[in-house]
This record gives sequence, C-alpha cells and structure tokens, in this order.
Amino acid sequence: MLKSQFLRTLLAAALFVSANLVNAAGPIKIGTFLTTTGPASFLGDPELKTLQMIVEDINAKGGLNGRNVELIHYDTGGNAREALNFVKRLIRKDNVDLIVGGTTSGDTLAVIPEVEKESIPLISLAGAVEIIEPARKWVFKVAHTDRMAAAKIFEDLRKRHLTQVALITGDGGFDKSGRAQILKLAPEYGITLVADESYGNKDTDMTTPLTKIRATSAQAIINFGFGQAPAIVTKNIKQLGIGLPVYQSHGVASQTFIDLAGDAAEGVRLPAAALVVAGQLADTDPQKPILLAYKKAYESKHGPVSTFGGHAYDGILIAAEAIKRAGGTDKVKVRDEIEKTQGFIGTAGVFNMTPEDHMGLNLDAFKMVEIHNGAWKIVE
Amino acid sequence: MRLTGFFIFAASVVLLPVLFPDNYFVTVVGIAAGLHVILAVGLNLLMGYAGQISLGHAAFFGMGAYASAILTTRFSWPSLLAMLAGLWVAGTIAWLLARPILRLRGHYLAMATLGFGIIIHVILVQAAHWTGGPDGLGEIPPLNLLGWTVDGDQQWYGVIAAAMLLSIWLSLNIVDSRIGRALRAVRGSEFAAQMMGIDATRAKTQIFVVSALFAACAGSLFAHQQAFVSPDSFSLMISVELVTMVVLGGMASTFGAACGAIALTLLHEGLVVFEDYEMLIHGALLMAVMIFLPQGLFAGVSQGVRRGWALIASRQRHKG
Repeated sequence: MLKSQFLRTLLAAALFVSANLVNAAGPIKIGTFLTTTGPASFLGDPELKTLQMIVEDINAKGGLNGRNVELIHYDTGGNAREALNFVKRLIRKDNVDLIVGGTTSGDTLAVIPEVEKESIPLISLAGAVEIIEPARKWVFKVAHTDRMAAAKIFEDLRKRHLTQVALITGDGGFDKSGRAQILKLAPEYGITLVADESYGNKDTDMTTPLTKIRATSAQAIINFGFGQAPAIVTKNIKQLGIGLPVYQSHGVASQTFIDLAGDAAEGVRLPAAALVVAGQLADTDPQKPILLAYKKAYESKHGPVSTFGGHAYDGILIAAEAIKRAGGTDKVKVRDEIEKTQGFIGTAGVFNMTPEDHMGLNLDAFKMVEIHNGAWKIVE
Repeated sequence: MRLTGFFIFAASVVLLPVLFPDNYFVTVVGIAAGLHVILAVGLNLLMGYAGQISLGHAAFFGMGAYASAILTTRFSWPSLLAMLAGLWVAGTIAWLLARPILRLRGHYLAMATLGFGIIIHVILVQAAHWTGGPDGLGEIPPLNLLGWTVDGDQQWYGVIAAAMLLSIWLSLNIVDSRIGRALRAVRGSEFAAQMMGIDATRAKTQIFVVSALFAACAGSLFAHQQAFVSPDSFSLMISVELVTMVVLGGMASTFGAACGAIALTLLHEGLVVFEDYEMLIHGALLMAVMIFLPQGLFAGVSQGVRRGWALIASRQRHKG
C-alpha cells in the first residue's frame, strides 16, 4: 500500500518535471482568431487555410530558431464579443507569444484594449484605418486600409474626369468605415457626392436606393461592401439599365463576386491587391515571384486563391521574420522587430513599417482592376 | 436560515480566487459568469416570479453599457455618475414601456419585447455618430469607485462578485417581501390577484423596472471591464441566451437563475475545444436537461442530491 503510493508520487513528480522540460523548449505559440463561419467566412476561411499551410511549411523546414510553431485558432463567427473572449483565452490560457488575426475590423477593434493592456503583439488582417490610427504600441496590420481604397478609386475617377458620384453602402462595419473615408476624402479630389444611399446587408433587392440614384446627376456609382450585397447591387444596376461606370471596393476582390454578379460584373472597376492579377504583372515586378509561388502552393491544396488569404500570408511571415530577428519570443523584442519591418515583399505590396506607420503600405500596393470577360484585368 | 444558501454561495465565490488566484476559469470566465448571473437573476424576477416573458432584455443591458461608454469617453463624465445615468435611462424607459407592453400576454408580450430589443439594437448600429456604429466604441476608461480605480482581473473579479452577491441578496429579499408575494399571485392568476386587492399593473411595472435596473447595472460594469462595447453584445441572440439561462437553471428560483447563468457560461467555454461540433453538443445538452430535468438544473440537481441523501440515510438505518 505504502509502496504503491510512493511509486505514484514518484510518477507524478517525474511527469511534472518532464512537462516543465518540454515547456522550456516548447513550441512558439501563435494565436489566431478568425471568422471562419458566418457571413464573413469567405474572408476567414482562406486566411485560416493559409496560416495552417505556412505553419506546416515553417515546421517542415525546421521551425523558427530551432523551435516548432504551434497555431492555436478560435472561430469568432464575426462576433466582436466572441473575438474579445477568445483573445483573452489566447493570452491567459494558451499563453501565446503573438497573435495574428482579426478577420474583420469589428473583431480587431474589440480586442485592441485587451492586447494593449496585456502587452502582446497583434498583427491584424482587417481593413479599417482606425486600427492603426493613431498608432498603438502593440497593434499592427497588413491589409490595405479603406482610406487607400477610397483614394485609389478617386484617382481613377479623376483620370476619367468624372466628378459627380453617387455612393451606396450597406450597414456593416466595413461599409460604414468605407463610407466615412469616402465622405472625408471626396473634397480633396474635387469630387461631389450627389447621393449617399444605404441598404441592409441582408437585403435581397437594392432597386429602391438605386432608383433614387438614377434620378440624380451622378456620373459614376461607388459601392462599398463585401459579401452578397455588392453582387446584388451590381446586378440591380444592370437590371435597372443604369449605364454608369460602377466602382466596387477591395472587399469584393475574389472570384466569388464575379460568379455571383455574373454578366453584370462586366466593366466593374475596383482597387485590388496585385495577387488577383499576379500573372499580368511585369516580370520586373518584385512581387511577381512571391505572388505566383503563394498562388501555386495554395491552389494545389485548396480552391482559387483570394487576397484575404494573402493578408494572412503577409501577417504570419512578418511575424516569423520578426521572431527570427528577435532571436526568441520576448514580446517587447518581437514587437520592436515587427516595427522595424523594412522592404518586406508580401502579397499586399512592399511593407515599410515605422513607429508612426504600423502598416507600411503605400497607394502603389493597390492595382485598379476591371472585370473583363469574367476575369480581372489591370487598368493603369 | 432563509439565507443559508446565500452564505454558502458567497463563501465559495470568495474562496475561489484565493484557491486559484491566476486560473483562467476563475478570473476571466468567472467575471463573465458573474455578469450573466446579475442579468439572469434580474430577468428571473420578471419571468420566474411575475410570469412575464421578455425577449428584449439585452436592450437594457445595452443601455447601461452604452450610457457608461458614451458618457465617459465623449463627455469625460466620472464613471460612477455615468453608471447612475445609465440606470436612470434604463429605469425610465422600462417604466414608460411597462404600461403599454405589460398589458400584452403570452406570444404578444414576447413579440413586443422582441421588437423593442431589435429597435434598440438597430439604433446602436445606425446612430454611428454617438455609438460608433457596428464597429463599436473603444478606449472606455476604467471604472473609478470614489477614487479607487478598478484594474486587473482579480480586482474586477472582486467588484463583479460583490455586485453579483448584492443582486442575489436583493432578489431573495424582493421575492420574500410583499411585492414578491403579490407577483406570485399575479403569476398564478392576474384576475384573482386583483380580486384580493393587488394592483397587478403596478406590481408588474415595478418589477419590470427593477429587472431593467439589474441589467443596466451589469451593462455599465461590462462596458468598463471590457473597455469596449459593440452592438454584437446586445443583440437578439443575447436576449435569447438570457432567457435560456433562466429556463435552464429553473424558473422562479433565484439560485436556479444564477445556476443556469453559470452553467451556460462554463458550458460555452468548455465546449470551445470541440470547434465545429460545439453548437451540436451545446444543443444536445440543453435538450437533455430540458427532457430529464424539466424543473431546471438547480431544482433537478438539488432534488437528486436530496433523494440520494435520503437513500443513504435509510440504508444506514436498515444496517443499524
């Protein structure tokens, strides 16, 4: 009796010690919280697949600084409350070294106070400019901002000498944030907004606001949104016979949009990351080999590549480079190294971060593309 | 004697962080559970005792949260004052709403409260100028109680645990007071209650306001604790979840509601590891509880324990 108890204690002690030993040289833990279900799942799904693919790849090549990388993922379903709960869990329960994620701006903005308080680097994959403005110590992002998208659209409008524009947006976070940027930037580009209509993202018909737009003196229509709604707007524009040029946001830069909108998508222009037109880039473009390599790797395993998966690619590789340079997972060092990211060629463009700019992309990172015969075409 | 259960519960709430100071399930999940308990106990007063259903309770939760969030960030009000303002707003709206809405019964009352909840949610999303829209409001300053700033998980656990115990104590007392008995009479038969001289409308109105105040108070604490609010936290789903907590724990029992709130919070946290199957298991468990413990979790389990105890006692007697 006594002996067995002694043995048991010994066994427990041995387990405890070995568990501690494993911990010392344990894996580098990267946490992520993405929207892999719900309306924004078409953003989160390729992001998660990309992260898993890259982590596998890093581990196959011997890990980072000789340590394996472990990816811990939770699905937020696009709910900001869940996002915050999961980030707390990542930080306190899973003890992650760094967080990549936040598919949507809402999810990211919800967790910012928490990551700032707990001092842990966060690389967001979401769009809103508020994430990095003002620059916060621990928060970085790799996706183009909605302000850049607005600026790119306005540049194109200026080239085509169109000044009277109608705006139509949904009621989601991405839509509202994009609308705010468009309203703010329009005067700088000498653009007059002659209509500012809205719809619900779950609506199945947008002809009512579009009929109002038809009655204005608009020379072009801008629609800012993602998911089903922009495809319906595009279809309705065609059905109503409004022959104006249509601009969409980078939120629809995926094959799904073309499939959903069908014929109506012809001639629609939008700012998009170079990834969707990788094959059409000049051979001298430094991004080209990286884009094609990612595209090939992703498409050999999953379906067609999307720019959103590209953001995950950029995010995790910037993190990996920073961990390599920091020589470990010390959070302050890793943060400093992320901030020092210079000339990193990713799928979204070339990143040059500074203490003031925690994204580091400029307008060149966007290409203005037009949908032509059901495919993307660069218009420069 | 009446409060024995309360003291046992209070003692375990106090002991938990002492025994497991940095445990995730105590300091993070515990805080969420505590807020849910306040909400469920408040809703139970209305649903369990007065027999009035509310599918819009998240709206009052949201009012408290947004009042604190907006007043402290945009107008730099002191947090305690903002909380009182939130209580006032929620209480006034509940009072104004109670008369027309509590005339309705059954499905109609459910529909009306549901509509109210949705209206408030739409306002939170659309009035972006004030509420920050769907992306929410961030950088809410920490709670300041007469010079003491609440900071860190453990302090928050303390504050929320205190608020939770206070709400349970209040609820236990309300239930055992004249108004509590009046409410139960109203629930049994409104007509009979009126025949006995109970002002049913007044009783229902009062409890609706009290219930809204509980929710608004939880909302204010929630806003400061999270330092961020967005309409997601006050949607219809949350209202439904609150009703589930009350029903799951056992209606017309303060500890039942508290038990349901804690059980549902823990369940959600525990099932996260199953990823895609989470919802499936979640639903199956809820169904199982409702089929096998129709009185609710608390009554079912305590009954089981009592029966088990009686069985053991009788066996002991046989032996002796």
